[in-house]
Amino acid sequence: MLIGATLAILVVMILAIIRGIIGPTLYDRILAVNMFGTKTVLLIALLGFVMGRPEFLDIAIVYALINFITVVGVLRYSDSFAFKQPAEKKQPEES
Amino acid sequence: MDVAIEIMSAICLLIGSFLCISGGVGILRFPDFYTRMHAVGVTDTLGAGMILIGLMLQSQDILIIAKLVMVLLMTLFINPTASHALAKAAIHNGLKPVLGNKECNHTESESSSR
Amino acid sequence: MRHAIYLFLTLTAFWLLNSGHFSALMLSLGLGSILLVLFIAHRMDVVDHESQLVHLSPKLPSYFFWLLKELILANISVVKHIWLGNHSISPALTTVKASQKTDVGKVIYANSITLTPGTITVDLVGDRITVHALSQDNIQALETGEMDRRVSQVVN
Repeated sequence: MLIGATLAILVVMILAIIRGIIGPTLYDRILAVNMFGTKTVLLIALLGFVMGRPEFLDIAIVYALINFITVVGVLRYSDSFAFKQPAEKKQPEES
Repeated sequence: MDVAIEIMSAICLLIGSFLCISGGVGILRFPDFYTRMHAVGVTDTLGAGMILIGLMLQSQDILIIAKLVMVLLMTLFINPTASHALAKAAIHNGLKPVLGNKECNHTESESSSR
Repeated sequence: MRHAIYLFLTLTAFWLLNSGHFSALMLSLGLGSILLVLFIAHRMDVVDHESQLVHLSPKLPSYFFWLLKELILANISVVKHIWLGNHSISPALTTVKASQKTDVGKVIYANSITLTPGTITVDLVGDRITVHALSQDNIQALETGEMDRRVSQVVN
């Protein structure tokens, strides 16, 4: 059952990568990367149990924190030029 | 190990896997960015929670259970913050959500994605 | 000073839980890292009444159990919408009012909304929370104000 759950998580990671590749907007890609990171935490925890080495959980905790910092750090630049470009191309200025 | 605990752990892992795959299908199927975010919410809350509870039932060491609880709490506290930051950045930069309401739809000619 | 001591005890418990080693070298390294974190937190000026939440602990467990029940129901609803396809959803953007007085209360309310699948806090200005929801049912469940009332009970 542990191996089955690991395979399921791998399938979900593949689906997230597909969304990250075809994602029409930048935010879809960031969302896919965030989901991929969360699933990586679960994958590391599951792999630790599959291989009989639960010490992997430390790595999972660190990965969860790094994932959060990555997303917030990228979004810190959301006022910059590249983020506003796709939305303004389709939508005329209203405000 | 007790057979009952083993079966309960397997059931928890099965439910968690199903929820995660549902979220993965949802992120591909839903029409726009904001609805996809809801699909990710499923995998982040109950999907991850069920898998981690299934792992908790399999281990006897109290330190490992404490670490699993820590991973679970971190997931539950961190992910809403990240999703909120993402949604706020998206809406402030002019990404319009697709609304299903009939009375809201006539103001917008076309949605921003798709 | 009291908040710094609370933060020190919390960090010590966190370090001991994560480490599991009790040799003298490890303990001294842990003490050093805790003091470094305290120094950085002091420099960032984030050591205040918000860094420790002990005062709202007694009513928190019952709220967690209620939130867990809501979480399971919302998950079932969203999974149903995922497998039924796109024609079953009707996304909506609405504004609800937060009746909490303090910032911590508003944050707990907004985070609970985001944590529940089907509703996401998009913006929080003053006491108006903009919520994106997957279907009309989520909006109606939110507008009854039960979550708002429960969060207010926990914080005050």
